[in-house]
Amino acid sequence: MIRFDNVSKTYPKQNRPALRDVSLEIEKGEFVFLVGSSGSGKSTFLRLMLREERTDTGAVHVLGKDLNRLSNWKLPHLRRQVGTIFQDFRLLPNKTVAQNVAFALEVIGKPRGTIRKTVPEVLDLVGLAGKDGRMPGELSGGEQQRVAIARAFVNRPLLLIADEPTGNLDPQTSVGIMKLLDRINRTGTTVVMATHDQQIVDQMRKRVIELEKGRLVRDQSRGVYGYQH
Amino acid sequence: MRAQFVLSEIGVGLRRNLTMTFAVIVSVALSLALAGGSWLAREQVSHMKGYWYDKVQVSIFLCNKTDGTDTANCSKGAVTPEQMAQIKSDLSKLPVVEKIYTESPQEAYQHYKQQFAGQAGIDLLTPDQMQWSFRVKLKDPQQYNVISSAFDGRPGVQSVQDQRKLLDNLFGLLNGMTYVALAVLAFMLTVAMLLIVNTVRVSAFSRRRETGIMRLVGASSFYIQMPFIMEAALAGLIGGGLACGMLLAGRYFLIDGGLKLQSKIQLIQFLGWGDVIKVLPLVLVVGVLMPSLAAFFTLRKYLKV
Repeated sequence: MIRFDNVSKTYPKQNRPALRDVSLEIEKGEFVFLVGSSGSGKSTFLRLMLREERTDTGAVHVLGKDLNRLSNWKLPHLRRQVGTIFQDFRLLPNKTVAQNVAFALEVIGKPRGTIRKTVPEVLDLVGLAGKDGRMPGELSGGEQQRVAIARAFVNRPLLLIADEPTGNLDPQTSVGIMKLLDRINRTGTTVVMATHDQQIVDQMRKRVIELEKGRLVRDQSRGVYGYQH
Repeated sequence: MRAQFVLSEIGVGLRRNLTMTFAVIVSVALSLALAGGSWLAREQVSHMKGYWYDKVQVSIFLCNKTDGTDTANCSKGAVTPEQMAQIKSDLSKLPVVEKIYTESPQEAYQHYKQQFAGQAGIDLLTPDQMQWSFRVKLKDPQQYNVISSAFDGRPGVQSVQDQRKLLDNLFGLLNGMTYVALAVLAFMLTVAMLLIVNTVRVSAFSRRRETGIMRLVGASSFYIQMPFIMEAALAGLIGGGLACGMLLAGRYFLIDGGLKLQSKIQLIQFLGWGDVIKVLPLVLVVGVLMPSLAAFFTLRKYLKV
C-alpha cells in the first residue's frame, strides 16, 4: 500500500534534513498513527505521500506507484484514490455543506446523477444528514471536520491521510471524529493520521510510528503515544 | 468536463476581479483597434500606390531651341524630326512600354494654361518656350530605370522624369506614419499582456482555496486551469469585439460621416467596408488567443500540480 525505502529529504536552505533514511511499509487496511514533536518530520512524511514534495534519495511507493517516477499528468489520478483531511478543515466558506462535498466530484468530472446520489449518502455516513444546506460558518468545528471527511471519502479512496484532524477540536468532539475514522477504516480504507493527541493514540491502540528529528525511532503495533511533551 | 460548472466558475472569477477584467478588456480593445487600424492604414497606402502608379507616367522632355544655352544635353540645339522619330520607334520597341503619348509644345502650352489658370505671371511663358515631350505609360511602373538609362543623355533629349518620384515622398511619409502606429501598437500589446498576466495572477491568488482543494481531490491541471484561461479568453473576446466596433466606427467617421474625407478628397480611393470587414476576424482571433496564451503560461508558474 505504502512503502518508504531509505527516504531522505532536506528542504532548500536548511542544513538539517526533514527526513533521514526512513524505511517502512504500511499494509492495506491498516490504521497508523504518526507521532512526534513539531519539526520531527511528520508533515514532510505526509507531503511525500501526496507528492507535494519529492524525495532527495530513496523511493516512496503509494498504491503501487513509485511517486518519483509518476508523471505530472498521472498524479491527479493517484490523488483521486487518496483522501486528505486537515486540522483547519479547508472548506469553501461560500458553498453549502452539500456543495462542498459535491465540489470534489464536480472537479473530477463526475456526472451529475452520480453526484446527486453519492453526496447525501456520504453526508449520512458522517452523521450530517439534514445539514446539507448549511454553510460551513454555521457549523461547529466537529461538524466542519465531518464535512471535510465526507469530502475526502466521497470518492471512496483506498487511502485516507489525516493531518492532525482533531487539533482544533475539544476532546469529546475528537472522540466522535476518531470513531468516524475508525468506521471508515473498517470499510477497508487505509488511514494514516499524524497527531499530537496522546489520549486518542492511547485509547485506540493502533500501530504507532514515531519520528524524531527526521528519524524513525519507533514502529509499534497496538502502541501508545509514549512521547512526553 | 461539466460545462455548467466551468461556466459558473468563470462567472465567479470575472465578478471577483471586475476592475482588473475591465482593464484587460479596455487595453485589449485599444491595442487591437490600433493594430487593426495600422494594418488598414498600410492597406490604404498600398491601395493608393496602385491607384496612383496606374495614373503616373514617365516623361521624356525633348530639347527646344531655347534650351541650347542653359541645358548641357541640348547644346546642339532643338531636337530634329529625325531624332524624334528615332526615339519614338525605340520606345515602342521596349517591352515595358504600354502606351506612348506625344505632346506638342502647343498642347503643353494649353495644359499649362489650364493648370495655372487665373494665377499671376501666367502670360510670361509663350508657346515657343514649351517643348515636345513623350509621355510613356509603363506596364510596370517600377521599371522606370529601363527608360531612364536608355534615353537619358541621348541627342535631343533634355531630361527623363519619373512622376512616381514625386509621389514617393508622400508615400514615404505615410509609411513612416504606419511604422509609428506599429510601434505604439507593440507598446500597447505589451501593456495588455502585462495586465493579463497580472489579472490571472490575482485571480489565481484569490481562488487559491478552491484550486488547492481541486488539486487535493485529484482534479486534472486542465480542469483547474480551464476557468482561468476561459476568463482571459472571454475578456479578450469582449475586447476584440470592441476593437472591431472601433474599426468600423473609425472608418465611418473618417471616410463617410464625420470628417467626410471621401467627398473632400476625391483623388484618393479609400478602403471600402469589405476591406475593413476582412480584418475583423483576425482581430477577434488575436483578441481571444493572446490573453488565453498569456493566461496559460502564467498559470504554469502559479498553479503547480
